[in-house]
Amino acid sequence: MGSIKEMDDRFKKFGTVSFTSTTKINDFIDYLENGQVMGTRCKVCGLVFFPPRADCYQCLASNMEWFEVAGRGQLVTYSKLEFAPVGFQEDVPYCIALVDYGDYKVFGRIAGDVPEGDIQIGMEVKTVVNRVANEQFNYVFQKA
Amino acid sequence: MGKVAIIGVGQSAFVRSYPGSIRELAFEGFREAIQDAQITTREIDASIICSAPEYDKQRSPAGVFAEYLGLNPQPTFYVESLCSSSSMGLRQAYALIKSGLHKIVAVIGFQKMSEISSSESQERMGRGADIQWESPFGTMMPAYYAMYARAHMQKYGTTPEDLARIRVKAATYGQINDRAVYRKPVGLEMFVDPENRMSGPVASPLRVGDCCANADGSSCLIVANEEMAKALSPKPVWILGLGAASASVNLAGRDLFTGLTVARQASRQAYQMAGVGPPDIDVAEVHDCFTIAEMMAYEDLGFAEPGGGKELIRSQATYREGSIPVNVDGGLLSKGHPIGATGGSQIRTIVLQLREEADAMQVPSPEIGLVHNIGGVGLYGNVSILGRA
Repeated sequence: MGSIKEMDDRFKKFGTVSFTSTTKINDFIDYLENGQVMGTRCKVCGLVFFPPRADCYQCLASNMEWFEVAGRGQLVTYSKLEFAPVGFQEDVPYCIALVDYGDYKVFGRIAGDVPEGDIQIGMEVKTVVNRVANEQFNYVFQKA
Repeated sequence: MGKVAIIGVGQSAFVRSYPGSIRELAFEGFREAIQDAQITTREIDASIICSAPEYDKQRSPAGVFAEYLGLNPQPTFYVESLCSSSSMGLRQAYALIKSGLHKIVAVIGFQKMSEISSSESQERMGRGADIQWESPFGTMMPAYYAMYARAHMQKYGTTPEDLARIRVKAATYGQINDRAVYRKPVGLEMFVDPENRMSGPVASPLRVGDCCANADGSSCLIVANEEMAKALSPKPVWILGLGAASASVNLAGRDLFTGLTVARQASRQAYQMAGVGPPDIDVAEVHDCFTIAEMMAYEDLGFAEPGGGKELIRSQATYREGSIPVNVDGGLLSKGHPIGATGGSQIRTIVLQLREEADAMQVPSPEIGLVHNIGGVGLYGNVSILGRA
């Protein structure tokens, strides 16, 4: 049982409901707790990844460095959900969205305080860390 | 190396809640296909079982089905690519036959979505995407297709009414398909009547009427080599072209949001293999899990230019009497969408059309038909082109 207790399961803190607990990029959660949303860049070939990953499919290296998702991105598309899967009903309605940062894209939610009438494809947004219930974290898009 | 044909097709009625077990459900489509092919189970060399396993309580259904359908001791195995599983099964059958390993292969698709409770189903729905990076935000299939709809509307001026027109067309034919789960007429006015269920919001801009229903159902295709097909079948339908592709599961890994790259790539492969192009297609079945999916299919398959799909539905070109009839069996929107059975049902429709046995749904003398079957939100794509000769 000892080995199970020692398992690094930080990723269970990601999102309203996390379906994953063990991953090699668990430091993502520490960065979130410090207010940073991070991706990874392959130290060998330079390929940039968001969501972050431990392994590079281009050069097959597993040698990554973290970079911060900073600055402004553009809203690619979004949808407002009126129904939600089990575990998310309390959040309805909410908008999921995709944001383009040029070298990579970020999938997430639009911040709950952005009025729906203000949401437009192409609008500039920034990605910020958001604390949700039960000490869980995710990130949301705010108007830049 | 000879050609490969479909010599028998079958499907169960698609229903909200099938009053039997999964093996009994599979038997319904299988029996019809065996009777259609006028063969016996002993003539089947191998069976391929297709479904999405998250709805199954039975572990490894292939073994259970092979026993129940009398297909022991022949080899049997399971194929999964979400909603396109049975089109992927047809691709596997083609390879098994073309290689000479087998002469006749049964492709059996099924799904008993009511096998699990509604809340279990909701929970699985949340895991229908990238569970590490997307599901924790609370995602659902309609919301992903809604994101495509939003992008399509923004770029091309497609309207919610254009999408509703696709549902109206589906219902036109769902009414005359006795295997469909939804058989009532649908009118455009329902989408603007707040009292009508069709207008209810699901995931903007998609409404209830834009979404297909879950269903239980099974389908079966009997696939044979050229020698067996010619010996056994008065009307073999030949596999002329097959295409298949995959795409990033996480939307963050994609570049196109007004169409599905898998459909474009799979159709290009299938057209090339068949030596035909979009104008040669006389009748098509496309994967209309949501109205926007059919709209994008028009464009991804080359029936219209990107952005031109709305003109096809406005002019009713995709009705039975139009230049390119699409989903004249009611599509997934009317038939229902029992995941693993869907592709086989689409292929059955095209086979019946090419044999001119589609009754009230028949289009005039089609020579070449196309099936577009998508798994997930453009995660997997299969396009199959079938012909009379």
